[in-house]
Amino acid sequence: MAEDKYRWGMVVDLDLCTGCQACVVACHAENNVPTVGEVETARRRSMHWIRIERYWHGADDELRAEFMPLLCQHCQNAPCEPVCPMYATYHDPNNQLNIQVYNRCAGIRYCGVNCPYKVRHFNWFDPYFPEPLNEQLNPDVTVRRRGIMEKCMFCIQRIRRARDEARARGEPFNTEEVKPACVQTCPTDALVFGNLLEPESEVARLARSPRAFVLLEDLGTEPSLFYLKRGESYVRTG
Amino acid sequence: MSVLDRAESRPGVARTRAEEEHRKTLLLDPRPQEELNTMVLEAMQRTGREYWVVVGVLAVLALGGFLGAWLYMILTGVGVTGLSRPNYWGIFIASFIFWIGISHAGTFISAILRIFGAEYRRPITRAAEMMTTTSLLVAASFLGIHVGRVWVSYWIVPYPNQRGLWPNYHSPFLWDEMAIITYLVGSTLYLYLPLIPDLAMARDRLAGWRGKLYRAMALGWTGTESQWHHLNLAIKVFSVVIIPVMFSVHTIVSWDLAMTKAIGWRSSIFAPYFIVGAVYSGLSAAITVLIIARSSMKLHYFIREEHINALARLVLIFSFTWTYFFFADFLTEWYGGDAAGHTLITLQTVGQMAPFWWTMLFFNIVVPWLTLWNGRIRRSPIALLLITIGINIGMYLERYIIVTGFLRRNHTPFNWGDYAPSVVEIAIIGGSLCTFLLLYALLSRLVPLIPVWEVREGQLTHGLRRVGRATVPTVAELEE
Repeated sequence: MAEDKYRWGMVVDLDLCTGCQACVVACHAENNVPTVGEVETARRRSMHWIRIERYWHGADDELRAEFMPLLCQHCQNAPCEPVCPMYATYHDPNNQLNIQVYNRCAGIRYCGVNCPYKVRHFNWFDPYFPEPLNEQLNPDVTVRRRGIMEKCMFCIQRIRRARDEARARGEPFNTEEVKPACVQTCPTDALVFGNLLEPESEVARLARSPRAFVLLEDLGTEPSLFYLKRGESYVRTG
Repeated sequence: MSVLDRAESRPGVARTRAEEEHRKTLLLDPRPQEELNTMVLEAMQRTGREYWVVVGVLAVLALGGFLGAWLYMILTGVGVTGLSRPNYWGIFIASFIFWIGISHAGTFISAILRIFGAEYRRPITRAAEMMTTTSLLVAASFLGIHVGRVWVSYWIVPYPNQRGLWPNYHSPFLWDEMAIITYLVGSTLYLYLPLIPDLAMARDRLAGWRGKLYRAMALGWTGTESQWHHLNLAIKVFSVVIIPVMFSVHTIVSWDLAMTKAIGWRSSIFAPYFIVGAVYSGLSAAITVLIIARSSMKLHYFIREEHINALARLVLIFSFTWTYFFFADFLTEWYGGDAAGHTLITLQTVGQMAPFWWTMLFFNIVVPWLTLWNGRIRRSPIALLLITIGINIGMYLERYIIVTGFLRRNHTPFNWGDYAPSVVEIAIIGGSLCTFLLLYALLSRLVPLIPVWEVREGQLTHGLRRVGRATVPTVAELEE
């Protein structure tokens, strides 16, 4: 239906993130993301669509770790989109999502070079799922072969299924029903997902919070991912 | 300025001597035409045992390194390279830019010098144009080597298909492909046009498979007035048209980098900076090739010290220009850049890229500036062979630093990472050099390396005629 217009977005509350990595595991399971092993990970070839970036603050006694979950920012003005000569990196106008068309990708890796957040991942080799991971592949998601780019798509298979089921039941599509795997799994509810075009959705309310910011705002990429600033003095509302 | 201009002010003996010197560079000690023909044809057929040994070794290395290592990479995955997450582009793209740069020499020497009427270009145009075509082929192959799925890379060509898909014209990569294909077709035609009279000359004098080949390629050239008219017109048109194409190629190659958001790449100076660098390395490579061809094919009559001297002067000028652009680019990043930009500068000047960076400055600035002002060094083939090979090592390092160095650091320090080419990458790079040399070596024995008719034309138009007791220049020279 052409009138279906969404802008899917996510809010990450940095105060609530404990860096437990549950979202990373959930994403691997949901999206058939291969684990590349220790050697390849040490060579910076891990393929976590969502990753927990750890930054150290302070020194010696005051030293503390701070965590920042980083996934595709689903930019509205995405640097990765215009540079792909194949249209494999594509902006979905109905969902305002940044979509990677796997079977259109030739592996030029221009998108990966131009992504300022470095959240696009390349299949350096054919994917390998050791026992028993090969038993749990998600049939809703393709397994990507070597030589192509892949990245977070906000679990678009879940968005589509929820929308189609609502349509089959003849009910209006309740966007609050959709939860990507990482959001569903987060034990502290640090991740909130929803439609930014509905002003009363939780994600839209949080995105208006004075604590909200987007990453590398000066690059003008207009991300759909909002972070809530860390700090003791703030109390999360809503 | 040229020797002639200096002589203008001084009458008498000095003028005559200067003129004589000038005429020597124009090969104005003419020999009978048939002797010129024989010299060129003999050079073309000079395929002794040494030649076949060199060709054989090059062919083995090209097959093993270029095709073998590439095939291995296709069958296993791009993971056999040293690339990783922030470093999605590596030495393949650097080599691509390098070979595109080499290809600029042919057009520069042949088209630009032709338009400006630089007479010394006559005997060296063909050798430079052949370099353009062969290095473009090697460069274009790197686009295929670089990609993850080369077997679908034909999708980049806009062709009607049942899926209704079309390539994305927003992508600089697509502009690149268009520019390279245009340049490859254009420069091949531009190589072929002035070749026709020489092919006809070879056709008339050789039998066997060569005779048959040249008969087909000479397109029935007989040298009538109308044929010459059309050929000259076509060459004139092509000389003008090919220059903007040449500029477009390296401009767009630089835009591949400059259009991105990567720190250090996003620079408006990149397009002219890359073009100057391309001509700089291309001219140097042309000198290298000319010196090797001259001694291996015994072409000392055609390619003289004076030609090398003239090219070496151009190299020095381009060394100055390149340094200017390099300095302007570096200074703005150093003075106005942000913290991330400064990490890149530290990485280059004292960090892990420092050995490459200082070597680049040594070969591109220190060596040419200290040597090329000296006329005796400019006329010494051995010295110039070493200097020009050094310049191309420096220019290769420049591309290596720009492509692979700048990707290592970005706005989010969690995603910093280093890069070193793997054995497979080095095998492919080495193999590509052998492929270029192999193609050139084969081509140099297939087509006349010296454009005989152009040399002859120069000798006729600038020759002296004896009328009675007086010696007068030909009409063509008076017209200038």
